[in-house]
Amino acid sequence: MSARGALAEISASKELLANLTLRELRGKYKRTALGWGWSLLNPLALMATYSLVFSVLLRIEPPPGKDGLTSYPLFLLCALLPWTFVSNTMTGAMESLLQNANLIKKTYFRREILVVATVLSFLVSFGTEMAVLALAFLIVGSMVVPWLPGVALLMALLTLFASGLALLLAVVNVYFRDARYLVGIALQLWFYASPILYPIAYVNENLPGWAASLYEANPMVGFVESFRDLLYVQQAPPLATVGYLVVVSAGVFALGAWCFSRLEGRLAEEL
Amino acid sequence: MSSASPAVVVDAVSKRFRVYHERNQSLKAAVMRGGRARYEEFWALRDVSLEVPVGTTFGLIGHNGSGKSTLLKCMARILRPDSGRITVTGSMSALLELGAGFHPELSGRDNVYLNGSILGLSRRELDERFDDIVEFAGLGQFIDTPVKNYSSGMYVRLGFSIAIHVEPDVLLVDEVLAVGDEAFQQRCTEKFADLKYEGRTVVLVSHALDSVRQLCDRAAWLEHGRLKDVGPPGDLLDEYVGGQRAERSTVETGGSRWGLGGARIDKVELLRPDGTPTTVARTGDSVLVRLHYTSTARIEQPVFALEIHHSSGVQVSAPNTWEARKVPDVLPPAGVVELRVDRLLLVPGVYHLSASVGDPYGRQIQDYRHHALRFSVMHGKPRESTGLVSLGGVWTLREPGAQEVRDTA
Repeated sequence: MSARGALAEISASKELLANLTLRELRGKYKRTALGWGWSLLNPLALMATYSLVFSVLLRIEPPPGKDGLTSYPLFLLCALLPWTFVSNTMTGAMESLLQNANLIKKTYFRREILVVATVLSFLVSFGTEMAVLALAFLIVGSMVVPWLPGVALLMALLTLFASGLALLLAVVNVYFRDARYLVGIALQLWFYASPILYPIAYVNENLPGWAASLYEANPMVGFVESFRDLLYVQQAPPLATVGYLVVVSAGVFALGAWCFSRLEGRLAEEL
Repeated sequence: MSSASPAVVVDAVSKRFRVYHERNQSLKAAVMRGGRARYEEFWALRDVSLEVPVGTTFGLIGHNGSGKSTLLKCMARILRPDSGRITVTGSMSALLELGAGFHPELSGRDNVYLNGSILGLSRRELDERFDDIVEFAGLGQFIDTPVKNYSSGMYVRLGFSIAIHVEPDVLLVDEVLAVGDEAFQQRCTEKFADLKYEGRTVVLVSHALDSVRQLCDRAAWLEHGRLKDVGPPGDLLDEYVGGQRAERSTVETGGSRWGLGGARIDKVELLRPDGTPTTVARTGDSVLVRLHYTSTARIEQPVFALEIHHSSGVQVSAPNTWEARKVPDVLPPAGVVELRVDRLLLVPGVYHLSASVGDPYGRQIQDYRHHALRFSVMHGKPRESTGLVSLGGVWTLREPGAQEVRDTA
C-alpha cells in the first residue's frame, strides 16, 4: 500500500486513534503522585545533569544566540527535547505491538493505528515541553513568539520522520525481538553523533571535510540545528537543510509504511 | 442491502500456519541457522468455500483444531488467508474475546468509549447507546470504577454489552456465550433473537451444541481444516454428535419455546412412582413423564413427542405417540399425556427433556418446549458410569467345572 493510502485509512479511523492516544497518555502516569509532572521533570533532570557536566565541568561554550544570549541550558534544551521525542518514540513504538498483542489477536482495525497512537502520545509530551521551553525564552527576555509557527512546522516534519522509524521498528521487532537491543545501542551512538551536547562548530573544527559532510548527512543534525536556528538564534534555517529534511522525512515515512504493510499480514500469528 | 447477495462469501480459502521448532527471534539463532528458522507448516484451512445468507444465524462447528476459529478470524480480517477470498457485505464486528482491549486502570466509562471505537463506533453513536450499554451490563454506579476492580463477571458483561450494541450488519461470535450466570445468558440468548429479528447476520463458533441447535438457521461442519458439510443445524448436529458421544457442554441454556400456539404444553413434569414431582432419579428407577396441555384450536391427529438430550447435546431417546399408535382424531380442549418408564436406563449425568405437540409429520408444530425440564440421574442399579444408557444387563463369571458366581445386580 502506498504511504498516501495508509494515511487515508488512518485518518478514516481518527476517533479510534484519538482514543488509543488518550489511553496511552492516561495509562502512563496513572497512580503516580506527580502524574503529568513526570513528563516535565524528566527533561529538567537531564538538563540539570548535562549542564553540570558539560557546561560547568567540561566548559563547553555555547555559541551566542539572539542579542548575545548565551545560556547552555537553553542551547541544550533546543536540541535535547526533539531528540528525546525521537528516541522515546522509537523505543515506545517497538513495544506498542507487543503490549497490545491481545488486541491484535482478537480485534481488527488498521494496525498502524497502534504505532501512530504511540507517536502521538509522545508528541503531546513533546509539545508540552516545547511550550515550557518557549516560556523559558520569554522569561529570559528573548522574544520567540514570531518564530513559533516555524517551530510547529518543524515539529510536524520531525513527527513524520519519527513515525516512519516507529512503523519500521515496531513491525520488525515482532519478527525479530533482538531489534530492541540493537536499537538501544544505536540510539546511544546516534545521540553523540548529533550536535546535542556540543555546538556543531566543534565538528567542523576537529574533523576533516569529508567526515564533516558525512556527519551532516545524519538528519538529526539538520533537525537539531534548525530547532536552534528558530529558537536560540532566531533566524530561518538554511533552505537546503529544510529541503533535505523534507525529502528524508518523506522517504523514511514511505519506507516505514511500506515495510509495515508488507509485514503486518501475519502479525496476529507471530505475536 | 439486497437479500439476494450473501452477507459473507468464503471462496476457496486456505490458511497455513507455521509451527516453529525454535524461533528465529534472536540474533544468535538467526546467524547459527543461516537466517532461516526451522518450522513446519500445517493447513488450518484447506480450500473452504461457503456462503452465509443475509439475516441468518450461521453456526460453525467442529472439534478442537478443526479450523472453525481460524475461519472466523479470517472473516474478521485478523488473519489473512494464504489463498482464496472472503467478502463481507455491510459493516462487521467481531466478538472473539469479551473486553479485549480494556485498560485496567481506566474506568468502565472510559473503556466503553475506547472499546466501542475499536469495534468501529463513533463518539456520537456511543453517546446515544451509552445508557443502554450500562443498563444491559447491569453495572449501575460501578461504571466510574476502574475495570481492574471489576469481578470477572462484570468485566465480561460489560464487554458483551458493548459488542452487542455495535449493531453491525454481520456479527462474528466465538465461544462467548459460555460466560456469565444463567440470567445473563438468558438475556444474551434474547439479544441474539433480537438481532435475528432485525435481519442481522450472525456467524457463531461454538462447542455448545445446544446453543447452535437453538440459535442457528444453518451450520457448517469443519473437520481438519476442510468443510465437511453445510446444512440445517438439526441434521448436521445429529450427524456430528453421532461421531462423538463424550462431548462435554459448558453451557446450560434456559428453555425456549416456539410453535403455532393452537395447543400449548403448559407443564412438563417428571414424577416418582408415588406421584411427587422430581428432578433427580437413579438408574433403573421407575418414573413417569406427564405433560399438561390446553388447546384452543381444532387439531386433528395430534402427536405428542418427547426428546431426551444428554447435556452434551446428544439425543438419547425420542418417543412419540405417533409411533406408539396413540393418536386421537381430535385433540380435546385440555388434558394430560403420560409416558410411564418402568426402568430408566440412563447412566448418571444431566439430561434435558423437551416436549412438543404437532401433526404426525412434524410440519405444524403447535408448541415446542425446548429443554422444558432439566433432570439429573444418579448411580442406581445397574451401577454404570460411562456411555449414555445402560442395557440393564446382568454379569456372570464362571470357571470351568465350578459353580456359577452371579453378580447380585
